[in-house]
Amino acid sequence: MAPYESDDSTKADEAEDVRAGRRKAARYVVPVAVVGVAAATIGLVPALADSGDPDLPKITAQQLIEKIATSDVQQLSGTVKISTDLGLPNLGGLESGLVSGAAKGDGGSSADPQSKLLELASGTHTLRVAADGPDKGKVSLLDSAAEYSVIHNGDEVWAYDSKSNEAYHATAPKSESQKEKEEVPSTPKDFADEALKSVDDTTSVTVDGTAQVAGRDAYKLLIKPKQSGSTVGAISIAVDAKTGMPLKFTLTPASGGAAVVDAGFTKVDFAKPAASTFDFTPPKGAKVTEGDDLKSEDKAQPKGDEDFAEGLDGLKTLGKGWNSIAVFDTGGQGMPSGSSGNGDVDGFLNSLGDHVTGKFGSGTVFSTRLVNALITDDGKVYAGAVTKDALVKAADAAR
Amino acid sequence: MSRAEAVPGSEAVPVEGTAVRKPSPLWTFGLFRSELVTTFRRWRTIALLGVLAAVPILIGIAIKIETSDGSAAGGGGGEGPAFISQITNNGLFLVFTALAATLPFFLPMAIGVIAGDAIAGEANAGTLRYLLVAPAGRTRLLLTKYATTMTFCLVATLVVAASALIVGALLFPLGELTTISGTRISFTDGLGRALLIALVVAASLTGVAALGLFISTLTNSGIAAMATTVGLLITIQILDQIPQLHALQPYFFSHYWLSFADLMRDPVYWDDLFRNLGLQTLYAAVFGSAAWARFTAKDITA
Repeated sequence: MAPYESDDSTKADEAEDVRAGRRKAARYVVPVAVVGVAAATIGLVPALADSGDPDLPKITAQQLIEKIATSDVQQLSGTVKISTDLGLPNLGGLESGLVSGAAKGDGGSSADPQSKLLELASGTHTLRVAADGPDKGKVSLLDSAAEYSVIHNGDEVWAYDSKSNEAYHATAPKSESQKEKEEVPSTPKDFADEALKSVDDTTSVTVDGTAQVAGRDAYKLLIKPKQSGSTVGAISIAVDAKTGMPLKFTLTPASGGAAVVDAGFTKVDFAKPAASTFDFTPPKGAKVTEGDDLKSEDKAQPKGDEDFAEGLDGLKTLGKGWNSIAVFDTGGQGMPSGSSGNGDVDGFLNSLGDHVTGKFGSGTVFSTRLVNALITDDGKVYAGAVTKDALVKAADAAR
Repeated sequence: MSRAEAVPGSEAVPVEGTAVRKPSPLWTFGLFRSELVTTFRRWRTIALLGVLAAVPILIGIAIKIETSDGSAAGGGGGEGPAFISQITNNGLFLVFTALAATLPFFLPMAIGVIAGDAIAGEANAGTLRYLLVAPAGRTRLLLTKYATTMTFCLVATLVVAASALIVGALLFPLGELTTISGTRISFTDGLGRALLIALVVAASLTGVAALGLFISTLTNSGIAAMATTVGLLITIQILDQIPQLHALQPYFFSHYWLSFADLMRDPVYWDDLFRNLGLQTLYAAVFGSAAWARFTAKDITA
């Protein structure tokens, strides 16, 4: 407040000034109150809206798994939020540099689905999904002022990147279109299917109460590894009580902290989406890349760590269940130092690794919050969702 | 002392022996109209609008030249402002590109100039006293000033949009357009969305306008108020880019500005749009009431 000047300093005036000053100060209560009300609203409304867990009839884990298996949701549309935090350093520039470099070098298109997959591996993304039967589906990755859509309609698969106005087209026979779906695990159901594959005697599966997801009542299925040594803490799947459709998938690491993968519907609607959703004709002037042109390139490109591992020859698995460790022999000189010919990348990789020694010799362990990999100096790679010690033990045992 | 004392309850300066005339409600419109005319007749305002109208012309011509040899706009790699790669196929996209290009800086800067000048400029020129001598009341004068600033927001946005539409229609083909979700909408539908986007962009500026008005009541120097408003704008934009501050960023007034592009999705993705409008309302309420608290209690010395 501006200093309140007073020309005549009589006592009466001073008292008047103080009162006037108070009255003036009182006006500032209004903006402060507005801030207070806003803060209270932001803080309290989510707490109030979270009206507790819904009351649902009791169900066993077995029944719930069957419910998922028999779930036959053909038509839905919704918004999915995926947060991934693999504990990798922020790859930002390096990642996009590698991706765009790979895409440009091979004359690829930015609309090629493969080049978008890496983007999903870190950060938070909003996806829109729509499906109408097995032959019509659409997944859109919402970006700032742009969108990347993969549209599958009958035997045609289109991908459209609005940012660069490029489209990717492939004609897919039915079997292959199924494969296309598997490559992009975007809905919580895709994640849940993957998780349920690993359910065996090494796993404890329980029903962990109920929850509200995207405004629907859901059961929570909790999957935990029984063995020690896994980096996976728990997997929680929220299953829609009515349809048996998984609505939310959360993978928490054994080390605690934020979830590694958190994918869930924020909105879901089981009504039939409008038919026009799946219609796509490339806009005038859009660069269209035909999928066949990219076939050879597709194989060359690694598709995320899992597929990358599968694609390599000489792959063996040690252990079982959650503690299985993939082993392969690169046959080379171990560390990729110098081999990639990219100094930046090598320096980056070295800074990530921890040097370890054991009966197997010595090597470097690369850790993320979920997957650890040991690359020995004689060129063997051990990788798995297990702790560092378990990796070293496995390497010792394999020797 | 030639000072109009702030006497709560009878804010118009009382003249000895005469009853204070109650202003008629119509007077507000008279005051608003005279404020509008004063603002829009200033060379400064006309120059600001001229600069804003020139932005789409520049973008349009640049893209026309760049693509005259058949290459894709924006280098084909998705660089540049939003929607830029679609302009060559449909001139209507120039409206969206121009708004996306001007919203981060040009538009709020123009608003900052007008809002910062609103009270402080009058005080600087020594005309604020005379405005208050008229039986308008301080609250009413403040509301009029805010309404004038808001009108300028709308006019400025519409100037950009209209200029972009004209340039787009002259240089590029028009017709059915493809939304960023890949679906097609008719040209009329596209025009409707363009108008809606212009309105959303204008509404996105209400927060800055209120902030500028509040700063304007703090000082008697018009330049200081404008510089502070524009400086704050730049600071907030920089802070919005720092990843470590992500917890605070949803509360920055500029954070959801580009959400207007969500109107080009099919179906429209409303979440961020509503967040943006809510945030702007909050800023307008907080800084509007702060401006009121300051202005109605202020000593008007000039």
